[in-house]
Amino acid sequence: MKKVLSLVLALTMVFAFTLTFTGCGGSDDEGNSDSGMKAGFICLHDENSTYDKNFIDAANAACEELGVEAIVKTNIPEGQECYDAAAELVDAGCGIIFADSFGHEDYMIQAAKEFPDVQFCHSTGTKAHTEGLDNYHNAFASIYQGRYLAGVAAGLKLNEMIDKGDITADQAKMGYVGAYTYAEVVSGYTSFFLGARSVCPSATMEVTFTGSWYDETLEKEGANKLINDGCVLLSQHADSMGAPTACENAGVPDVSYNGSTVEACPETFIVSSRIDWVPYYEYCINAVQNGEAIDTDWTGDLETGSVVLTDINENVAAEGTADKIAEVEAGLKDGSIQVFDCSTFTVDGKAVTEYMADVDTDPDYKGDTNVIEDGAFMESKFRSAPYFDLQIDGIELLDTAF
Amino acid sequence: MKENNKIKKEPLIKLSRRADIDRKHSWTYRALAIVAALIVDAIIIMAIVHMNPFDIYGTMIAGAFGTSRKVWITLKELSLLLLISIALTPAYKMKFWNLGGEGQVLMGAWATALCMLYLGDKLPGALLILVMFVAAVLVGAIWAMIPAIFKAKWGTNETLFTLMMNYVAIQLIAYFIIKWEVPKGSGHVGIINQSTQAGWLPYIGANSYPLIVGLVILVTVGMHIYLKYSKHGYEISVVGESQRTATYVGISVDRVIIRTLFLSGAICGFAGWLMVSGSDHTITTTISGGMGFTGIMVSWLAQFNVIVMILCSLLIVFMGQGAGEIATSFGLNQAFGDILTGIIIFFIIGVEFFINYKVHIRKSSGKEEA
Repeated sequence: MKKVLSLVLALTMVFAFTLTFTGCGGSDDEGNSDSGMKAGFICLHDENSTYDKNFIDAANAACEELGVEAIVKTNIPEGQECYDAAAELVDAGCGIIFADSFGHEDYMIQAAKEFPDVQFCHSTGTKAHTEGLDNYHNAFASIYQGRYLAGVAAGLKLNEMIDKGDITADQAKMGYVGAYTYAEVVSGYTSFFLGARSVCPSATMEVTFTGSWYDETLEKEGANKLINDGCVLLSQHADSMGAPTACENAGVPDVSYNGSTVEACPETFIVSSRIDWVPYYEYCINAVQNGEAIDTDWTGDLETGSVVLTDINENVAAEGTADKIAEVEAGLKDGSIQVFDCSTFTVDGKAVTEYMADVDTDPDYKGDTNVIEDGAFMESKFRSAPYFDLQIDGIELLDTAF
Repeated sequence: MKENNKIKKEPLIKLSRRADIDRKHSWTYRALAIVAALIVDAIIIMAIVHMNPFDIYGTMIAGAFGTSRKVWITLKELSLLLLISIALTPAYKMKFWNLGGEGQVLMGAWATALCMLYLGDKLPGALLILVMFVAAVLVGAIWAMIPAIFKAKWGTNETLFTLMMNYVAIQLIAYFIIKWEVPKGSGHVGIINQSTQAGWLPYIGANSYPLIVGLVILVTVGMHIYLKYSKHGYEISVVGESQRTATYVGISVDRVIIRTLFLSGAICGFAGWLMVSGSDHTITTTISGGMGFTGIMVSWLAQFNVIVMILCSLLIVFMGQGAGEIATSFGLNQAFGDILTGIIIFFIIGVEFFINYKVHIRKSSGKEEA
């Protein structure tokens, strides 16, 4: 028996070595890099998640444009696996490494400390400005502007329903499926709501949370709950097709996120806002190639092309949506319109004149910076990641378990 | 006419248990099964993604063993899976269906994180790690003993009970994550004591993986001796063979059940301690990555043989690491790697059936399929 076993083992090993060599030979011609530089990308899920697909597409586009080889690692959980993946990417020769999920941050910092010669860039994180590392950077985009514009499209749709007599002005209630209850999501749904209310003054909104960035079943159930609750239009900040699919099944108009869902939802998709990460990736990779420093906190906006809207689905959107969006976008760009203009919302019935936001992340969640300037809440000014976490009037949170 | 059929015709396929199967033959069958699985995988690779299967297999090997870092990651994962399989084994030998490994690991991890968070700045390093260890082992053991006591005293169904305890543990940790999360509402705790490294297992080189591997080797050897040569180990086999015999020869079955589950849970808690203190330094509901369940399969596939468990764990971890690598190298979805793994495991489980049973097909008398 031992003989057979050792024979099998020996054969396996020979087999294995042959394979390793043929394998290496094969993968050499994979890369199409001109510059010899490699960039690594760490993604929480894979392309089935709209959020990660948005990152992966940008990674490939930016690297192709700059002649850099992209190495993409998908399905990396927010744990030690993220550190391991980053270290492996360093081993593979990457000069710069990006990660896409909020929970990756601590592990990216750990890797950044260990590999000072490699640049680590983390999207949506909050700690770079207090961590004090030369090679660790945060980035985000002023997506609240994009959500505000998408909200305008939603408000126009509500107006159309009211004008047609489908609903009364009081019934202009929207629904929103959110992932978690922290600032990134709060900032998102509040800007969407303010955009809608800027054109449809009677609009209200209900928000439900799933406690997960990607859970198709929960998102679908959440959307159905909102629809049964009388919401006549939905939007979401969670990454599966759950909410858009529920809307299509129920025939309820939907403002999507992270990219167009028009193919799966031709009868209900209105428009979607998303962050285009290509400008940031190109900026960082160029900086590494030229030996320049990367910003500790980088915020993309409408001007840099980081905040974009997809094509409007004319079948569903109200008439004149494109023109109105263009008008508001111009206003946002020249500063005549502020998304979080304190005159447009109240908290507990009162106007907000001063607010200490929790800009420096610590376990106490204590506010440390006054973020109200010139009568507006200055989102993404003191760090790139959102910190707007006020609960404004007109939005009802159905559950805040997460 | 129907009655005629009944009388005359034998069933199309008849199974009989093999009385004697020598080890040489059984290992040949197992090797053949793996080769067959690789061939089926190769056909699927060529048919679905139109790639050279040798490239795929080669990349999988590179993914698990390509660099020294990858080797250490593979060894660490292998150690943790092996440790959990070993923890579950004594209970299975006793025919106590402990499906609660996942929950026991999670509770050990929870106790470790709790100590790191609340005692991190109060105790000196070595003492803190010791306290974490004791807490994790005890909490894991208690989590396993609850169903054991119910089974021993009141004869409750341990399969359901241990399974449900997993979900209780997951929900409990979900609750504590909401209590400990930073920032509020983000749903994750982050690395605990990142600046002070309080409660972290010491690094050997770039990380604690070598230490994890070393500790697991110790437990593995210890368990092998315990099961094979100790009086406790013998009692476990007797209870597993027949509780009546055990009672007759004067073994207290209740005591053996509770004592064995205490050991099972303690080792699972130990695994949780290694995950939090030695590897991840955080707490999530998915920190064990389902190893508490995978360990059940490893233990059974190996038929409770500790040495074979090492091979089984290696296979599963290797396939997991390899699947990740082909996703990165070829842009194939991770699910494709899971399909390849599933086929291999299917063949391995399948061959056990043919090793244990003879298949007789009607009209081909004497001929057997193996």
